[in-house]
Amino acid sequence: MTRHIRHAAVFCALLLAALLVNAARIQVFQAPAYDDHPANRRPAIARYGQPRGDILVGGRPVTGSKDTAGRLRYERTYTDGPLYAPVTGFASQVYGSSLLEDTEDGILSGTDPMLAPFPLVGDLTRARSRGGDVVTTLNAAAQRAAYAGLGARKGAVAALEPSTGRILALVSTPSYDPESLSGNSATVARSWAQLNEDPSKPMLNRATGQTYPPGSTFKVVTAAAALDAGVVRDVDEPTDSPAPYTLPGTRTRLTNESEGCEDAPLRVAFEWSCNTVFAKLGVDVGVADMAATAEAFGFNATDLRVPYAVAPSTFDTTVDRAQLALSAIGQYNTRATPLQMAMVAAAVANGGQVREPYLVERTTTAHGSTVAAAGPRPARQAMRPSTAVRLRELMRNVVEDGTGTNAAIPGVTVGGKTGTAQHGIGNSGTPYAWFVSWAQGGRALEPKVAVAVVVEDAAADRGDITGGGVAAPIARAVMEAVLGTAR
Amino acid sequence: MTKAGTGTAVAVEAPAVAVRLPRRRGIELALIVVAVLLPVYGYCAVGLARHGTLPPGAAGYGAGLGVLALLAHVAVRLRAPYADPLLLPIGVLLNGLGLVLIYRLDLETPGDRAAPAQLIWSALGAALFTGIVFFLRDHRFLQRYAYVCVAVALALLTLPIFFPAVNGARIWIRVAGFSIQPGEFAKVLLAVFFAAYLSANRSALAYTGRRIWRLQLPTGRVLGPIVAIWLASVGVLVLERDLGTSLLFFGLFVVMLYVATGRSGWIAVGLLLAVLGAVAVARLEPHVHGRIEDWLHPFATADAGQGPGQLAQSLFAFAEGGILGTGLGLGHSVLIGFAAKSDFVLATAGEELGLAGLSAVFLLYGLLVERGYRAGLALRDPFGRLLAVGLASIVALQVFVIAGGVTGLIPLTGMAMPFLAQGGSSVVTNWAIVALLIRVSHAARRQYDGRVAP
Repeated sequence: MTRHIRHAAVFCALLLAALLVNAARIQVFQAPAYDDHPANRRPAIARYGQPRGDILVGGRPVTGSKDTAGRLRYERTYTDGPLYAPVTGFASQVYGSSLLEDTEDGILSGTDPMLAPFPLVGDLTRARSRGGDVVTTLNAAAQRAAYAGLGARKGAVAALEPSTGRILALVSTPSYDPESLSGNSATVARSWAQLNEDPSKPMLNRATGQTYPPGSTFKVVTAAAALDAGVVRDVDEPTDSPAPYTLPGTRTRLTNESEGCEDAPLRVAFEWSCNTVFAKLGVDVGVADMAATAEAFGFNATDLRVPYAVAPSTFDTTVDRAQLALSAIGQYNTRATPLQMAMVAAAVANGGQVREPYLVERTTTAHGSTVAAAGPRPARQAMRPSTAVRLRELMRNVVEDGTGTNAAIPGVTVGGKTGTAQHGIGNSGTPYAWFVSWAQGGRALEPKVAVAVVVEDAAADRGDITGGGVAAPIARAVMEAVLGTAR
Repeated sequence: MTKAGTGTAVAVEAPAVAVRLPRRRGIELALIVVAVLLPVYGYCAVGLARHGTLPPGAAGYGAGLGVLALLAHVAVRLRAPYADPLLLPIGVLLNGLGLVLIYRLDLETPGDRAAPAQLIWSALGAALFTGIVFFLRDHRFLQRYAYVCVAVALALLTLPIFFPAVNGARIWIRVAGFSIQPGEFAKVLLAVFFAAYLSANRSALAYTGRRIWRLQLPTGRVLGPIVAIWLASVGVLVLERDLGTSLLFFGLFVVMLYVATGRSGWIAVGLLLAVLGAVAVARLEPHVHGRIEDWLHPFATADAGQGPGQLAQSLFAFAEGGILGTGLGLGHSVLIGFAAKSDFVLATAGEELGLAGLSAVFLLYGLLVERGYRAGLALRDPFGRLLAVGLASIVALQVFVIAGGVTGLIPLTGMAMPFLAQGGSSVVTNWAIVALLIRVSHAARRQYDGRVAP
């Protein structure tokens, strides 16, 4: 019997060995595959197991975290959600995240290795760092002014600090409350479906994610190209342009909204937004120089990030002369985001230099020590400094006694340019009202703010849609807000 | 008995010599102190991990476990002084670890606390242990009651048929708010019966009957009763859909038959029958068929977008643990669902203690089984030998079936991890098994003490 007891014992030992080998197989060799399996909820549990870091505007958090005591424990909350939605985006347990919540997720969720004081120790203990904060460049007053200015209308505002590229305001209306997408309850799914089906597209970030025909505001670019290329040497010399202007190679006649555009000098044409003059100037400059200037402002760049991606603004480089004429007045295939047009205004205000825009001033650990700060952004010369000086003058004239008087602020130097962009098949759509501008406080050494406003006002009477009437007051409010806090 | 063995087997044949064997009760006491302190440490670790403070009941919990262990130790000291000093500490450690894991899982399910009941059952188990060690003077006493044992075992197995099914299995009876699983107690009784019957009929089983090819078949008169009783017990379990336990009974039957008769043919027959039975049951029983599908494709439901099944969740838990584990209280094995504290309790051990902790747990079971076998080898009476082998094999088979199931090695069959899993009947039964092993090992070691006549 002894021998057989030993055999049975060996059998039991084999069973034990099989268990040990199998446990090692799963816990060591299969573990990475199982850990990464999409049905494994542990990564999500760890991710939502601690409060998320905050996004700060003017030193105050505009986000928060709420302990739900559920399995995915902390949910995102937002103060003034709709106001900051084009900046924060949403952080949903079901639908992922967007905008800053997405691009800064490593810092906010605590996974960024820069947050751990001793990375190797963290790897060993599997400890998770507390989520860090993201300090934005936004100016709360400017943001509020823009949001209030747009009100119930559809549109967007982008405001920059010309000398640095810091984004001061980024507003898109109609907006939505990202908090309605936090968590994983049934109401979240309902909100998601509702927001996606809404024909007014509240989740579309019109300030950076949508391009519009810039219309007459693009004349700033055309004027810069004409001055840089030497096509116009004196802004007060007649430009030898007919009105109406027949597009080269076609019978299409281009007309103006204003009187007195025939042979108008650049100053007058700019002040009264003469289509004929700028169409001809574009053709005279030529597609190569027009494209070079537009691209120096940032058009056709596909890699702009603030840090989330911005929709590329376009200036078509494969056009014939007639198309070039239309492109030069911001029509045809010319399209720009409001942020891009703010960059154009900022370049004029900043002596011809474009500073790449950015939204994150710095990121910090939960204790407030800086993890990364926004370094100096590359500057690009979009036009000669002398051209910039002349354009500033032209833009000032627009506000002082041209189409943009609604943007004037007493005691402040303001330059602007209106635009009314046609769009739709046969230009049937309600035009977009544009206004781009910059402002320099009475005793300031340089302009403190550049703004672009677009209003796609579907409800208004078509005749009333002009940049000066609808968009300029909003730009003024934003500029006042920035100067009011900066003065 | 053959003379083929060496070492201990030679000692079996050797005449008693006048040596005084060390009793090693001091070692047992020292190990028990360790076996109580380790779970108390684990209990504190859970509290610290979850709330940042020591759990308020840590002292009381440690004291309770300590008192139970000391009572058991005193009983061993008084009535089984030669017993193997490892058996009791292993039982205390595994039971204490089980209580920690269940307490830890209770934190995730505040509405359904299982640890207090488990503590009561553990106390009952320790009391039963003390009773058996104290009042069962000689294990051979049980041999006389073999038929009483089998009658009670069959009655216990049949009882749950009259109670409603729980989670697809008809294996529980509810008495005064407590769920009892009578099949658990039946295992020990059936092992006693098998040991008694097989030891009484060894020669007849091994050397009589017809010979077919190389297999010596015993006569129906000798083999008949035992096969009938085994068939009855397995049949009842199949009716109750408790396939884990029927697999255990089958394995126990084959092992004990092999050890008793020394006929390797029984293993072949056993394997053949097991395969036939498994195929038939897998085809005919939808419940079992589903289990096998789960085993072959644990992620099928997850990939189909219906969420991962229990086995997939269990594998995720083991994988998350890795080599060192997440630490007690810091895992998420509660995702497994309703069986997390019972059948799948090992997944919590694997996730929070890692491969290191899991291997330690497996080795504790291995040591328990090995000590049982060692007692069996050292004993001289065939009944005691078979009983020790049977009890140790119950532990080994049970650990293999459930641990293999939750780690995806074999298809999952519901069963309790000895001492670790939630389940009162199981804890009480396992304390009874350890008590019987203590008695058997006491008898085995005492016979070499020169001062005592064998």
